[in-house]
Amino acid sequence: MSVLSVEGLGKTFAAGGMFRASGKAKRAVDDVSFRLDSGETLAIVGESGSGKSTTARLAMRLLQPDAGTICWGDEEVGALSGRALRQRRRHIQMVFQDPFASLNPRMKIWQSVAEGLRVHRPGLTRRQRRDKVAETLQLCGMDDSGMDRYPHQFSGGQRQRIGIARALIVEPEVLVLDEPVSALDVSVQAQILNLLQDIQRQRGLSYLFISHDLSVIRHIADRVLVMFAGRIVEQGRAAELFEHARHPYTRALLAARPVTHPNERSAEASEYDSNGEGEAEQGCAYQPRCPNAAADCAAFDGQPGDNGYACLHPVE
Amino acid sequence: MLEIQHLSLSVSIEGRRVEAVSDLSLQLQPGRVLGLVGESGCGKSLTAQAILRLGEHQGVRKTGGDILLDGASLFDIDQAALRKIRGGRIAMVFQEPMTALNPVFSIGSQIIEVIRLHLDLDKKQAEQRAMDLLKDVGMQGVAQLLKQYPDALSGGMRQRVLIAMAMAADPDYIIADEPTTALDVSVQKRIIALLLNLQKQRNLGLLLVTHDFGLVAELCDDVAVMYAGQIVESGPVMEIFDHPAHPYTRALMACRPEVFEAGQALQVIEGQVPPPGRWPEGCHFAARCPLRQHDCEQPVAASAWRQGEHHARCLHVMQS
Repeated sequence: MSVLSVEGLGKTFAAGGMFRASGKAKRAVDDVSFRLDSGETLAIVGESGSGKSTTARLAMRLLQPDAGTICWGDEEVGALSGRALRQRRRHIQMVFQDPFASLNPRMKIWQSVAEGLRVHRPGLTRRQRRDKVAETLQLCGMDDSGMDRYPHQFSGGQRQRIGIARALIVEPEVLVLDEPVSALDVSVQAQILNLLQDIQRQRGLSYLFISHDLSVIRHIADRVLVMFAGRIVEQGRAAELFEHARHPYTRALLAARPVTHPNERSAEASEYDSNGEGEAEQGCAYQPRCPNAAADCAAFDGQPGDNGYACLHPVE
Repeated sequence: MLEIQHLSLSVSIEGRRVEAVSDLSLQLQPGRVLGLVGESGCGKSLTAQAILRLGEHQGVRKTGGDILLDGASLFDIDQAALRKIRGGRIAMVFQEPMTALNPVFSIGSQIIEVIRLHLDLDKKQAEQRAMDLLKDVGMQGVAQLLKQYPDALSGGMRQRVLIAMAMAADPDYIIADEPTTALDVSVQKRIIALLLNLQKQRNLGLLLVTHDFGLVAELCDDVAVMYAGQIVESGPVMEIFDHPAHPYTRALMACRPEVFEAGQALQVIEGQVPPPGRWPEGCHFAARCPLRQHDCEQPVAASAWRQGEHHARCLHVMQS
């Protein structure tokens, strides 16, 4: 059963910026479609500017799309606004990369975590809200002794647990996690990844997991979407994608992973190590960086086929 | 040789002086790449900055030990001599290529300024050198590039420019503090290859400060692992990866997702790193250590365990 699906999603940002003399509007997300099933983890991977975070924000209705439809469960939410939208938000909640920036420094932890209850469970008494917060913090591996403290009194890992509790308190079905472990030390990262997997098993949650880190994605994802220049260039089951990536960009990403042991160092760069920079305006955007680029790529529509990849000259 | 001897540094936290780096010793030799690895707050960046005496205006103080460049203390010299060493003998590459360049000056004027500060060249010669340096770091269209402003460059290109600037006066040592952390994966590997090439060509001593064992595996000859202000283990890179001795190093290497089957629960290190000011008298890792015993409550020497060049600050090393 689908808990989140988008079809033909598009978003263009106007050019701007203080030091940018002039520029064209940037198509941040272009004709993106996917569905997230119940209990599943779908990862979106790509470099900065690939549109992965914008896609997540569109799917959450934090940004207004220029094109496409968005369904939460079986309800189309693209046209909802105001109070109706606010109430539906219980379905889908977000966890950010930097939990410190997303917590109000002047609010006690329990007040920050309880915020969602004001909209979604307005009938609760203060006592009931505090109990609910304590229970949710416990689910996230924290005892209730920190409830009356402030965000700066917690470490990065604890703050991320608080960020997760804050999303979970309204009992959503979908969590959108935007680089949730990228700012954490590796020992803390392991704790948070384990926590996310435990919670998913207990609650049957679905995750849309945004990351640039392929090791983390390989660990946590069931399926993966690879984005480049606002489009999906390859998608598939995680195990398969990591073994047999067909799109040259996916190959380049895989080849760029650091080795895990010094004896795996190789003197030669992979042939899929992308050398160029930039994106093509016409046809496949990856052309300037692609070792397989040919004349027909300039006329390619860039849509992934049933085979999962958007490429005329895939890696064999 | 660049040598840190028994260095202790203190910082000011809420008006109190607390020790942030404790009795730290390491040596960097020309032609070698040394990785200084640890999690945030362990003191690795403070140590790196102390080599160029950069933290002082932010209240970092040396409370013990010394740093020697070819045998001469960097703390005995005046500001003018120090300025010559910064960039001239020892250069630094920072993490944030987006903020390390000044947005209102052209790339050319920023590189040429560094060149003329250290080398006795006229404007024309300095400009030529700037173009040569930019070519060395793999940039194309360098004459045009000199006129551009940082805003026009991608993160990877900016980091190349910063590396070119670090090379401007032919230093002997480079200190690179998380030089690829802010970059995309696909760019990271190219910057690593570039650093390694330059290091080999110029026989540089490279101190790489990082939290990332992948980066260490890619380019270091030697490794020093820090935990809560101390070096807890050091040695040749193969030794550290094949036979990590200190329980902290072992735990840190074991919790990387890439060493696990997909989906399996990851190993974790329970508890948290104690912050400066709350370090125990004895082994700093003891509270989280599965091998802890009574004698760990006493201070543990840096080479309590030793096998050749491989040292560990641990009384109970369990060898694999």
